[in-house]
Amino acid sequence: MNEIYLQALIGGALLGLGAILLMLTLGKIAGISGITHSAITSLSKENYWRWAFLIGLIAAPLLSAPFGFTLPEDVPVSYTTLAIAGLLVGVGTRIGSGCTSGHGICGIGRLSKRSIVATCTFMLTAVITVTVVRHLL
Amino acid sequence: MRNCIFALIAGLLFGLGLTISTMVDPARVLAFLDVFGDWDPTLAFVMGGGLAVYLPLFYLFIKPNKTTLFGEPCSLPQTKTIDAKLIVGAALFGIGWGLSGICPGPALANITGGLPAILLFVATMLLGMIMAPRVSTLK
Repeated sequence: MNEIYLQALIGGALLGLGAILLMLTLGKIAGISGITHSAITSLSKENYWRWAFLIGLIAAPLLSAPFGFTLPEDVPVSYTTLAIAGLLVGVGTRIGSGCTSGHGICGIGRLSKRSIVATCTFMLTAVITVTVVRHLL
Repeated sequence: MRNCIFALIAGLLFGLGLTISTMVDPARVLAFLDVFGDWDPTLAFVMGGGLAVYLPLFYLFIKPNKTTLFGEPCSLPQTKTIDAKLIVGAALFGIGWGLSGICPGPALANITGGLPAILLFVATMLLGMIMAPRVSTLK
């Protein structure tokens, strides 16, 4: 097997393990957009676990860097496009109740029809967007 | 305290997974979404690997009693209806993801890299999350 495919598979299994650990120990869905939104909305005691999860998520690359798994050094997208994209991702994940993690992994992982529909929808519009930007504009 | 420790470990595993799988690299995400161009299928393996772990463990340990390993009730979404909100929200998210190659997990995992592009994305993403209830008129 191509080495990069294996790396992606192992990485995917690790993030799946993190997500199911949150369900097994706290009974919570590991939806990054939902956790982030709740965390920034209130600093109450019920949110401590969300901040702990986010600290782990943000700090993780510091642990993997010595082993050669590093963060990208550039983003091939203009600042204007990134600002608009960030807004769309923020608004869309709230209105649609989830993102790649909450719908794509945890939702499909419990065979939720809503999450399957949501994942197909955002995959479709993402592919259409890339196709339009790269090949039609 | 126990909850915070497990949440921290879960977050670390999740972030390590995103980094090791190269899901944190917007260029690779865009190449994965470029189905009609020079398609790079690598990131399909991330979802495959994630589901291969999540799905069987969920069905084995959570589905039967809907409780955690400590016997406490799980918070599982109760909504079952597929409505306009779900579709429109997911569609908007997909457009943003397709424009940038960045979704919420990788956006946050990239923060310590300190790239202005990432920090800008995270800032507008948080703004979008806060603004969402005002933007949305869908019921």
